[in-house]
Amino acid sequence: MTAPESSQNVSVESRLRKYRKKSQFRTIWNRLKKNRLAIFGLVLFTLMLGVVATADLYYSYEQDAVAQNLRLRFKSPGKVPGHPLGTDQYGRDVLARVIYGGRISMFVGLATICVSLSLGSLIGATAAYYGGKVDNILMRIMDVFLAIPNILMAITLVAAFGTSLFNLILAMGLAGTPKMSRIVRSAVLSIIGTDYIEAARACGTSDMRIIFRHILPNAMGPILVQATQTVARSVITVSSLSFIGLGISEPTPEWGAMLSAAKSQLRYHPYLAVSPGIAIVMVVVSLTLLGDGLRDAMDPRLKN
Amino acid sequence: MSEKLLEVKDLHVTYRTDDDNVYALNGVDIAVEKGKTLGLVGETGAGKTTLALSIMRLLPDRVGFITKGGITLEGRDLLALTEADMRTLRGSDISMIFQDPMTSLNPIHTVGDQIAEVIALHNQQASKAEVERKVDEMLEMVGIPAIRKSEYPHQFSGGMKQRIVIAIALACNPRLLLADEPTTALDVTIQAQVLEMMNELKQKLQTSMILITHDLGIVAQICDQVAIMYAGEVVEIGTVEDIFEGTQHHPYTVGLFGAIPNMAEESPRLHPIDGLMPDPSVVLPGCPFAERCPHAQDKCRESRPAPVAVNNGMHRVKCWLAKSALEG
Repeated sequence: MTAPESSQNVSVESRLRKYRKKSQFRTIWNRLKKNRLAIFGLVLFTLMLGVVATADLYYSYEQDAVAQNLRLRFKSPGKVPGHPLGTDQYGRDVLARVIYGGRISMFVGLATICVSLSLGSLIGATAAYYGGKVDNILMRIMDVFLAIPNILMAITLVAAFGTSLFNLILAMGLAGTPKMSRIVRSAVLSIIGTDYIEAARACGTSDMRIIFRHILPNAMGPILVQATQTVARSVITVSSLSFIGLGISEPTPEWGAMLSAAKSQLRYHPYLAVSPGIAIVMVVVSLTLLGDGLRDAMDPRLKN
Repeated sequence: MSEKLLEVKDLHVTYRTDDDNVYALNGVDIAVEKGKTLGLVGETGAGKTTLALSIMRLLPDRVGFITKGGITLEGRDLLALTEADMRTLRGSDISMIFQDPMTSLNPIHTVGDQIAEVIALHNQQASKAEVERKVDEMLEMVGIPAIRKSEYPHQFSGGMKQRIVIAIALACNPRLLLADEPTTALDVTIQAQVLEMMNELKQKLQTSMILITHDLGIVAQICDQVAIMYAGEVVEIGTVEDIFEGTQHHPYTVGLFGAIPNMAEESPRLHPIDGLMPDPSVVLPGCPFAERCPHAQDKCRESRPAPVAVNNGMHRVKCWLAKSALEG
């Protein structure tokens, strides 16, 4: 008589386990796991981060990435042992420069998006939520900034505050804020009219809680897409700033700077542009795939 | 006489838009007694939802304004409270159930989290375990197994979603529940279940309720008092018996009842009320129903009738033709 009873207990127990509350992170991770492209993006991005972080193990910054060696100028990939991606016009190893360049480019790209994402979300969500005068004032200010080209704004800010990595990030983050706030605002506006926001208000939820817990997570889709695109753009912007001497100065390796240096050699030594170009594409592709997968994983309606 | 929980006195609400002013409520007087249910009946646009939103103080920002009148909850003037005080009141003392359960739950949070949120908001010192226990209790109370609390709204059917919405509304034992057509979006079987459950819970928790509905059948089933609204006014108010069985009625009430199929007599067609509601942006000098009223006289178009007590109780009719019980 005991056997069927215990098997029944087991089934109840397993059902309970199925329904037991998992942490938010675990549920998102479980759903993300099923998305092959997103996992590919995640693996690629972590791999690049890993390589860039451990660069000192296989290269020496001073000797390989910065020191010039004029005997080895313009060696195409595979010609000289020890330089798998060839050497540039000063005889520096391209692979070493791409890896060390990633330190700056990836950091700047991600830090920039953090700045414009947080500022843009705050401004856009506040404007959309409170509407009326607040909306008008905030968005008109953003419009004024939107009228100034990103690069010009970054130049102005860097010129005013001085050249440093921190100022560079701040300048580009601020330059990207108006666009981000516009996108956040429109995404929030589409959520704000829904019944569940009204219902949340009727429960006595505070404004800040409604914005951050109920509206922004629902508006995540378009915001994430814009964010991943901005990362790519800011890597390019850094290079443009470097080009006019306001960004990262030679001989510090940086992808954008490498690209613009390769431009003059494009006819005879096109391989110089390929390596940093591929590196930028890899970052952007991996982040886009990951961002897309995250967006889907965070939306419970697309579950299973 | 039992004690009054909520009193609305001479409430005027205007929606100001760029084009014109819409006079949504024009002097509404209602009172809800403790533990009793008031049914608000009227056609679309009569101001039922506006009245509920005014009580919650959730009229649309910069558009809806309370221009005159007062709302008191147990003697506290709701219109004088600050927004912060009002926020602590919402969800704990007064809660509201919205019409469409499909859209009134946030799709990206589990239902357990959404119930827990309102409990945690109004019981700051409650521990996590206490909140979770209360969530389980609320779910079981509305007839949903507690193990389903970690599921998302889209995994529930419409009737179950409405049960969850009701669980959220009742989670903090509110003294007043505003139910805005809680069963309109549900099919008839589920409607009956949800109504029965609301009735049971109301009695168990001693909650007063304002039930907004089009459906006179629902009113007969669960309301104690009824207010008939027309064009932003309460044209008739009384107990369910007064409205369903009384001898004197507002012509609009008579029209409403005429539009329900009658089981006893055979008639090929229903009898709708002719015409449409008056334009709410125009202030009429007379009775708003005059244009559609079969008994309208010149007096009706010229000046507004005052409520007349047609029996010795609380049955009042706002019509020139109603005879006061006092005058005999």
